[in-house]
Amino acid sequence: MKADMSGKPAEDNASDSKLSGVSTLDSNAGVIKKLKARIKKSRLWLALLPRLKEVKFDAYLMSKSVTSIVGILLLLFLIVIAVFPSAFAVPSDPTHPEMMPWNPLLYEPRPPGVDGFPLGSGLAGADIYYGIIWGASISMAFAIEVVGISVIIGTLLGLIAGYKGGVLDEIVMRVTDVFLSIPSLVLIMAIAAVLGRNLESTKLALIMVWWAGYTRIIRGQVLSIRENTYIDAAKAAGSSESWIMLRHILPNSWGPVVVQATMDMGTVVLVMAGLSYLGLGAEPGTAEWGQMIYAGQDRFITGSWWMVFFPGMAILIFVLAFNLIGDGLRDVLDPKMRR
Amino acid sequence: MTPLQIDLIKEKYHLNDPLYSQYYYWLDSLFHGNLGWSKEAHMFVTDAIAQKFPATFELAMISTIMAVLFGIFLGTKSAVKANSVTDQLSRTMSLVGVSIPVFWLGLILVWVFFAQLHWLPQFGPYNLTNVDLALRYETMNHYTGFLLIDTLLNGDLEFFYDHLLHLILPAITLAFASTAILIRMMRSSMLEVLSSEYVKAARAKGLPENVVIKRHARRNAMIPTTTVIGLTFGGLLGGAVLTETVFQWNGIGQWSAKAAVGVDTPAIMGFTLITALIYVLANLVVDVVYAYLDPRVRLG
Repeated sequence: MKADMSGKPAEDNASDSKLSGVSTLDSNAGVIKKLKARIKKSRLWLALLPRLKEVKFDAYLMSKSVTSIVGILLLLFLIVIAVFPSAFAVPSDPTHPEMMPWNPLLYEPRPPGVDGFPLGSGLAGADIYYGIIWGASISMAFAIEVVGISVIIGTLLGLIAGYKGGVLDEIVMRVTDVFLSIPSLVLIMAIAAVLGRNLESTKLALIMVWWAGYTRIIRGQVLSIRENTYIDAAKAAGSSESWIMLRHILPNSWGPVVVQATMDMGTVVLVMAGLSYLGLGAEPGTAEWGQMIYAGQDRFITGSWWMVFFPGMAILIFVLAFNLIGDGLRDVLDPKMRR
Repeated sequence: MTPLQIDLIKEKYHLNDPLYSQYYYWLDSLFHGNLGWSKEAHMFVTDAIAQKFPATFELAMISTIMAVLFGIFLGTKSAVKANSVTDQLSRTMSLVGVSIPVFWLGLILVWVFFAQLHWLPQFGPYNLTNVDLALRYETMNHYTGFLLIDTLLNGDLEFFYDHLLHLILPAITLAFASTAILIRMMRSSMLEVLSSEYVKAARAKGLPENVVIKRHARRNAMIPTTTVIGLTFGGLLGGAVLTETVFQWNGIGQWSAKAAVGVDTPAIMGFTLITALIYVLANLVVDVVYAYLDPRVRLG
């Protein structure tokens, strides 16, 4: 679609009205033409167009770096596996597909390729391949939920604190500082210990710690954007505070947040796997990569290397994909590298 | 136990009170030096911290030294010879370093170096099955609490060597992520510094290239890196939890992991407090050192 801002709407309308009475073959083309003309005139398109151009330019910049492309390909691969896990591995239990298959007849771990286990099996028939596939699905959903909710909470708090300033700002920043001054793993361990050992409570524990980073980022951005003249102009035009925050400040401040959120998708999965390894995260028997490593570590040294190797490799690839994309995004959004 | 005894215990430990007053009682006992009894460590929380902290500190110290040496060296090399083989390799290593799960790396290292090659030991700060060493550990004079220094001070070279061997794998595991971060930091700040005016002036003066790099560029590139070093030291105390669990290193990390799993509340409060304290102290030291290194911060 060409960005034809100097389009000739009046003439289009005129030619369409000429076409409207003619044959049905032409009228279909005419309808689409009319629709396109309407869209291009609309306020929505006028507002979105600069953003679309930016996105196109960002995509072009990103395509120039090999690591970013590798990251995007890996991510696409992971998304396909995460969204359609049953296409890759038949669910063990229709109501609880996230639990590993359990077959006490096959108690001893099988090496890769034996007894129909492509990547080997853990204790009691726990198919490693199944765990990898469904673990991808669980990890992806987990990461999206944790990062998504943390970004929303953090951004809202950061916007309000940065824009309103004063006492509200002080209170929010001190609370944020408290959460940021404790090493996150330690705090998450403490919260997860109390909340119990399942996926949902770990999610809650992670969100309770993660929002603080975004609040600090957004607040820093807001403090500098707030001084711009167009904000004064918007105020003079009578925009409400929430309109200014959402329409003017937020779109200019979400660059660093997008980069951080992308890298955090990987970090969240790392933390989740770490917690499961310590015995705090997912319940035993869940198809979760950290949990599989926890279950496999005893047998690991004595020979069953596949129980630990493949889940760890999966974690590495997952986090690597997001880190590559995050790096690429950071370079793209860096003002020094543009144009 | 009779229900009456249970009720009396509940009253004594304020377990029926609302959370904020329980917190007040904990703060009160904190200021009297009592943090409670840790059921995982079978001793008072304060004693557990005093006993276990030196081991973690030793591990964190060795890891930080390794990470700093490797990170700064590789980072500078990467920046100076941009896009060379060294550069590509260290960038790849640094990417892998931040993406790899710490505990998996530890397990893989143990598998390669212990199970397959039999070069390095698997568990613990020293060979715990060796009765002779255990006896020597009990009887020797613990001057500092750091095993590495104490064995040297006691003149026990065999113990020192054994402990050193046991230190290598956990230190590498812990240092991996920090090295990766430091390589990136150092590389990006070196790149920035190398294109600055004063470096051009130094080169124009006719100084040999390695002097330009070592005396002018690297010093200024170190300034933001120092901040990162301080913060990673504080953050290592968090990563140490996973490493200590993998290598059964009896430090604070392993204790905190067991406490979290066993819901040992006084221990959880204790280690959260001590870790936060250390992190804040590390930040303070970093701020002071940063002001010392960069006069612009002091005067501007």
